[in-house]
Parts: sequence; C-alpha cells; structure tokens
Amino acid sequence: MTVHNLYIFDRNGSCLHYSEWNRKKQAGISKEEEFKLMYGMLFSIRSFVSKMSPLDMKDGFLAFQTSRYKLHYYETPTGIKLVMNTDLGVPNCRDTLQQIYSMLYVEYIVKNPQCVLSESLQSDLFSSKLDSFIRALPFFSVRAA
Amino acid sequence: MAIFSVYVVNKAGGLIYQYDNYVPRAEVEKTFSFPLDLVLKIHDEKVVVSFGQRDGIRVGHAVLSINGVDVNGKYTAEGKEILEYLKDPANYPVSIRFGRPRLSSNEKLMLASMFHSLFAIGSQLSPEVGSSGIEMLETDVFKLHCFQTLTGIKFIVLADPRQSGIDALLRKIYEIYSDFALKNPFYSLEMPIRCELFDQNLKSALEIAEKAGTFGPGS
Repeated sequence: MTVHNLYIFDRNGSCLHYSEWNRKKQAGISKEEEFKLMYGMLFSIRSFVSKMSPLDMKDGFLAFQTSRYKLHYYETPTGIKLVMNTDLGVPNCRDTLQQIYSMLYVEYIVKNPQCVLSESLQSDLFSSKLDSFIRALPFFSVRAA
Repeated sequence: MAIFSVYVVNKAGGLIYQYDNYVPRAEVEKTFSFPLDLVLKIHDEKVVVSFGQRDGIRVGHAVLSINGVDVNGKYTAEGKEILEYLKDPANYPVSIRFGRPRLSSNEKLMLASMFHSLFAIGSQLSPEVGSSGIEMLETDVFKLHCFQTLTGIKFIVLADPRQSGIDALLRKIYEIYSDFALKNPFYSLEMPIRCELFDQNLKSALEIAEKAGTFGPGS
C-alpha cells in the first residue's frame, strides 16, 4: 500500500499545493497543465455526479478507482479541495484528508498571517509537517521497487 | 431496488442504450402563501430551488407542477412564465410540487459523452503505469461501475453503494449485448440498440442481480 501524490486546490481552481511520494508515471505535460486538467476533471465529475444521482446527495463525490490507483476527494464548504492518489488497497481516506485540512492547512496556513490565501503555498513548515504526516500514515510504505 | 440505471456507450462516446430501473422519487407537494419563502431560479430551462430548504424540498429540486397541473419546462401549462406567475400575489395561495428534475434524453447523451472523456483523463493522470480509465466512481448515494470491452464499448451500471455482484452483472450485460444486439441482422454497429430481446434479457439479468446481492434489508 502506498500514497502516490496529493493536490490541494482552492475554490477558484488554482493549485495551492502539490507533493508526490511514490509516483511512477508523469502525465507527460507540464505541472501547470496537469493541475488544470486535474481540476477540470474534478469539476466535471462534480457536475456529472450531481446530475446522474438518482437521489439527493449529502457528501457528493468521494472517490474513484481505475485498475491501478484510487483517487480520494474531500471538499470543505469553503471550496478547498484535497485530492490524494493511493493504490487500490487503501480504504476510505475521508478522515485522513479532513485531518490534513484541519490539523495542517488551518494550523500552518490559515493561522499564518504571512501566507497569502489563494496563492501557491510557500510555507516550509507546512510542507515538512505534511510530509511527516503522510509518511506516518498506516498505509504509507514504500514498496521495494 | 438497488440497481438504478444502465448505460451503454460506444467507442466514440455516443450513448447507444439507456435503461432506468424503477427509482422511487421523493416528490413533495406544498401550499404556499405570498411571498414565497424559497428562492427559485431558472437553470437549464427548468425552475429550480436555489436557496431555502424546508419540509423535504431541497436545493436543486425543480418545480414539477403548479396547482396539480404539470409544468412545461419554465412555463406553466397555460404558457405563462412560472417565475412571473409566482410574483403575482393574486395567484396565491398556490400549491407547488417539487422533486428532483428528470434527465431528458439529450442530457443523458451529454452525460454519457462527459463520462467518456472523464474516463480518458482518469487514465492520463494516473500516477502508475498501465492504468485503465475509471472503473468505479463512488458517492454517498450511488456507485458507478464501468466495464470497457477490448473493442471500446463501455457498459456503465449505477447502483446502490451496498449492492454486490456488479462485476458479474457487467460481464453478463456484455454477453447479452454480444448475443442479442450483435447477432441481430437488423442492428448496425455503433448505432442505438433497439432490439426487443436485448431489452428483455437485460431486464431479467438486472432482476437476478438485485435479488442476489444486497446487504441489509430495504435497499
């Protein structure tokens, strides 16, 4: 089991943070374009899911999986979107993403007056805390490649 | 009832078959006095609730009928605009029925081609090599399962999150497609499927799948 990468988007679609751990394949386009493509996909999935749903939804879109990876999605009411890609064995990560938001993003970004919200995050403290948080997850283990 | 609907999408992203299994729809009828305590807006030629949830009326619900007469898009049965009609205090008290808007066949075509591209992007953004597109998409009220054949046809099933045995059902639908659509001499490839035997067999496969695998009663 492993964590591949993590994206944080704000509600306007700009990528606030990106970090990767065990990523074997790059998308073959520049990072800026990849962020736009990822945000566009999430935006379309949200609209797709809300139209497709036969019943009223509460949380909406939670996750999708392909044959090789699983994408976990969490959105706050303020529109911050956290996206984490893991392998297929990882169970529901909603709590983990919520913890990243409440324990790391709110603590080290929102409470830091020098961090400009809605811009790419520059805080080293946040990056290192996030890195150690992800590495401490029970399902984070680098497989011998 | 735990399987909501089935979509078949050809390799160009066109919808060639769609079947809605019966879904109980939450519809609410209420009598209102002037002024209305909901905010309504026009969205996609329908009048929907944009703010104010009460008594089972939710944001996103559309106006289905006024005083027991079904509305026609954003117009009343007499051809007046609904929003104008509801602005006039002389028309109150008024009884309005709300419910989730039904998908028109155009919207279904659009959603099918939308999924076609989401499927491709899901594979392109993969952090692992050799990934397929989206096989399963999960929300709190339904799960979408997709099976793509080697020839590029996609079979999509929307089901309750607790429903099991969907993989077997998808392969069964593929089998039914090969037997009753492809072997039908009047069926032209990549075109919408209008074969009675395909319909019948699909319906019975859905019934069997629903009986076979749900966890918990009442689902």
